[in-house]
Amino acid sequence: MTGAADFTHERDPGGDVLRFSGVLALAQLGDLPERLRAFDGPIATVDLSGIEHIDTIGAWIIHRFAAEKGATIEGLDPDGKHLLSQVEQADQPVEMRPAHVGSIERIVGEIGDATVTAARTMIGLLAFLGATTVALGNVIRHPSKFRFNATVRRFEVVGVTALGIIGLMSFLIGIVIAQQGAVQLEQFGAQVLTINLVGRITLRELGVLMTAIMVAGRSGSSFAAQIGTMKLTEEIDAMRIIGVSPMEALVLPRVLAAVTMMPLLGFYSALVGIMGGGVMCWALLDIPPITYVQRIREVVPITDVWVGLIKAPVFGAIIAMAGCFQGMQVEGDAEQVGTRTTAAVVQAIFLVIVLDAFFAVFFSSVGWG
Amino acid sequence: MSEPGKDDDIVIHVRGLRNSFGEQLVHENLDLDVRRGEIIGVVGGSGTGKSVLMRSIIGLQTPDAGEVEVFGESTVGGGDMESDSIRRRWGVLFQGGALFSTLTVAENVQVPLQEFYPNLDRTLLDEIAAYKVVMTGLPPEAGPKYPAELSGGMKKRAGLARALALDPELLFLDEPTAGLDPIGAAAFDELTKSLQKTLGLTVFLITHDLDTLYAICDRVAVLADRKVIAVGTIDELIALDHPWIEEYFKGPRGRAAIATLDRAEAKLAGASD
Repeated sequence: MTGAADFTHERDPGGDVLRFSGVLALAQLGDLPERLRAFDGPIATVDLSGIEHIDTIGAWIIHRFAAEKGATIEGLDPDGKHLLSQVEQADQPVEMRPAHVGSIERIVGEIGDATVTAARTMIGLLAFLGATTVALGNVIRHPSKFRFNATVRRFEVVGVTALGIIGLMSFLIGIVIAQQGAVQLEQFGAQVLTINLVGRITLRELGVLMTAIMVAGRSGSSFAAQIGTMKLTEEIDAMRIIGVSPMEALVLPRVLAAVTMMPLLGFYSALVGIMGGGVMCWALLDIPPITYVQRIREVVPITDVWVGLIKAPVFGAIIAMAGCFQGMQVEGDAEQVGTRTTAAVVQAIFLVIVLDAFFAVFFSSVGWG
Repeated sequence: MSEPGKDDDIVIHVRGLRNSFGEQLVHENLDLDVRRGEIIGVVGGSGTGKSVLMRSIIGLQTPDAGEVEVFGESTVGGGDMESDSIRRRWGVLFQGGALFSTLTVAENVQVPLQEFYPNLDRTLLDEIAAYKVVMTGLPPEAGPKYPAELSGGMKKRAGLARALALDPELLFLDEPTAGLDPIGAAAFDELTKSLQKTLGLTVFLITHDLDTLYAICDRVAVLADRKVIAVGTIDELIALDHPWIEEYFKGPRGRAAIATLDRAEAKLAGASD
């Protein structure tokens, strides 16, 4: 199998003949397809008796050429004939690409699709909130249905294993706030207000908010991926058939875990943030820890703690529900697990921040500013 | 089994293969030769390492020990395959089709062609993909569809179309008929057989489908006790009197497959009379 595919043209009174030689296989084709396409003039017969080997791609090219010229094909052995007939049978119009759509039409279509999807997602999320509430009601009426072990297991995954990373993050954020505050407030000779800044902002806002973002990234995403994968492997269908409600068995433990763990984690995060700020105040402003703690107690009103603790469970519920909801939406292929997981995190963080803005307005209007 | 050697007629040559996952030993001292132009069926109970054997041969699984040669070149752990020379001579159909999910069926078929023959022109590329799609029994409108839109059987066919894109000499099929309806499975068998005949293909076929074994396999290799315990035609295997082989071919399903084959042959004989 060495000869490159080639052909010679012979003029004959009974009709022109094209004689092929060499190996008519993909690896040996070279520029044969282009030369054949460029070939002009009538051909009555295609003679393949001189070829060494033919594969389906060679057969396809011969078949296409002969069909175009109306030529007959000669000189094939039985196997070759069989091959050619198979290729001929396969010659049917096949759609190769999705239908082409104009760019303006496409952009408008995409905007429309995105709008519809966004609206559907919001409605779906609301419906999911309803379904979760119903499941919660069921479990309260029949406490035996409550999955205690599953819930405690989620406590561990959502809460305990997150302590390290959330602590580290909060400590560093405390340091950054104290350092930036000290530098800026120095211009007014009000470095001592750094303590107010750190104490109030961590307890009121950043502790819970940063924890929510971390939990969304850690747990919200894993909820979506776990449930999405279970959906793909038909595990959830199997549950339904057996009579186990996925809302009670999968969603409720996760939502309850997030709702319970978020205030604890948020408060913990705020405390560690205050510690980080304290270290920085000590190092930068020479405020000893005792004084720092005393000042914190004086300047941070207790309502700041309540603000953080009230927001946290709401954020937890949003994160868990966005994760579980997106997981439940997975259908079809594994790629969806990825896109749904991303959607769960983005949605959770977005909703958390929107709600945080509402909370800020609300609390200041009730006089907890 | 034929003598070990580098002669041209042995396409796959496995000696002393050993595979293990942690504590679990899957293969030990496994020997296998596959001759050019034959369809070899590989059978064995669940978990006997049929797919692992295939993955070892195509270089996706690095064995603990042993030699694996395809077309006379070592493929152990990817081996000398940087040259691509082997890879363009084989096609592999994975169990679930393993189609690239971001590409359409037609684009999936074109991937190997574009990879190895970047100079092929677009029209020819499209035509080749089109006839491969039809040849493997997919409906013509399947071309622009994405794998997620296909049924399990169609995914297999699309996977086969991709495996056949380069007109390979050696074809690996991992349970090609599993999950297909009987009509589809029979058509798949026929397709494999006719491709093997016309292209002179060598086919390495992992299957649980007794009908497939009877209908198209020239030889069958039986995997048990971590090695290939026997290779031969089904009649030769049954003559061996091995309890597992006996159970496999003479169990209720085995008998049903023979009956099917007998009926098919009787029909053929009737038709030719």
